[in-house]
Amino acid sequence: MFVKDTARLIRKEFLLEWRQKHALGGIVLYLVSTIFICYLAFAGVMSPQTWNALFWIIIAFASLNLVLKSFGDESPARKYYQYTLTSPSVVIFSKTLTNTLVMIVLGVLGYLLFTLFMGNMTENLLAWWVVLVVGVTGFSSVLTMVSAIVSQSRNNFTLMAVLGFPLILPLLLLLIRASSAAISGQPFATIGPDLLVILLIVFIALTLSHILFPYLWKE
Amino acid sequence: MSKNSWSYTWKIFTILIMLYVIMGGLLFEVPELPVIEQTIRNIYFHVGMWFAMIFILFMGFIFSLLYLRRFRARYDIMANAAVKTGLVFGFLGIITGMIWAQYTWGAYWVNDPKLNGAAVGILVYLAYVVLRASVEDGEKRARLAAVYKIFAFVIMFIFIMILPRLAGASIHPGVDGNPALATGDLDSSMRKVFYPAILAWILFSWWIFTIVYRIDRFTEKLNQLNAERL
Repeated sequence: MFVKDTARLIRKEFLLEWRQKHALGGIVLYLVSTIFICYLAFAGVMSPQTWNALFWIIIAFASLNLVLKSFGDESPARKYYQYTLTSPSVVIFSKTLTNTLVMIVLGVLGYLLFTLFMGNMTENLLAWWVVLVVGVTGFSSVLTMVSAIVSQSRNNFTLMAVLGFPLILPLLLLLIRASSAAISGQPFATIGPDLLVILLIVFIALTLSHILFPYLWKE
Repeated sequence: MSKNSWSYTWKIFTILIMLYVIMGGLLFEVPELPVIEQTIRNIYFHVGMWFAMIFILFMGFIFSLLYLRRFRARYDIMANAAVKTGLVFGFLGIITGMIWAQYTWGAYWVNDPKLNGAAVGILVYLAYVVLRASVEDGEKRARLAAVYKIFAFVIMFIFIMILPRLAGASIHPGVDGNPALATGDLDSSMRKVFYPAILAWILFSWWIFTIVYRIDRFTEKLNQLNAERL
């Protein structure tokens, strides 16, 4: 029941995403232009550590942009219809999962663009990919809940950034550390503890979403 | 002692301990340590303020939980008053810490996991204030604020507990992850001021909190009366 509902809702989310290609296109264009600006601005001073920090900051901003609209673009009527059909937990989980999947795609795209403009600097590529997937899962699990809060207020990007950034900052610090270890070719054993902490935060954020989200749509 | 007299007796008690802490803290003998020297006395104030902040913000967390459980407006006002009071003590803690850091470490701010954790915590509570300011409807504002507070509090708690352990070296004293509970390396002569200091700051913060709460409640009532008159 739970899994089936979630799967259906995720399908619906992707359908919506596909119908509003221009919104996703905007984020992709944002990614391309910021990376290009970094390529021009950091010409000649690009070290692996700078590469890494820039990558995560750009991905964090792209995530904020992406997640911001995950509650905004639904009409109230459809929202109510959805809530009569299924439980609030299913709604928030399906949104979180959709955001995670789209963010993985954005992360892959970001990596390709970074490699295109600034070259590949990663030595332990497998570990780096694992860090990327775990990292965007962390972003989406925290930010989707924040977006649910922001969507009920006067919906704007500033509020999303103000509420979301302090909460993803711990993740960002852990991720920059873990992925810079992967870039310098460290084995999984060194990155492991950081990844476990991120997964712990994901688990806690999901539990809290499950507990708190019902209060957000109960009018 | 009747209930009524107790309501101000504890305030007199707070004033007395606070006076003892200020006088004892500035005058009593302290161990002579290299670099720190007399600045060690700041421990009675800096650490006490952080304790007060943590206490009052934890109470704020409880009020937010209570609000989501009962939906009474006064819990929301209490939660907001706790955040306001907590932020003031947080800023006092940061300022005293920065002055202390300038004298012992040579810089107002150093890139240290404990300091950064504190800064991010303050940012989260400032975000709470911004969130409240951007929603007008009272009931909805209370609900959104409570949800954000609980969500942020738990995540920040995890962060502050775990990050210093992972980051390794920290020049800020204290048990791993908890900078305030550094009593293990405290000289016994200092404990007779340090423990009362913590009690005094916590009581004092509660006192301030009750005042802020009452002001907020009366402002709310006044606004309601004005709205009715119009």
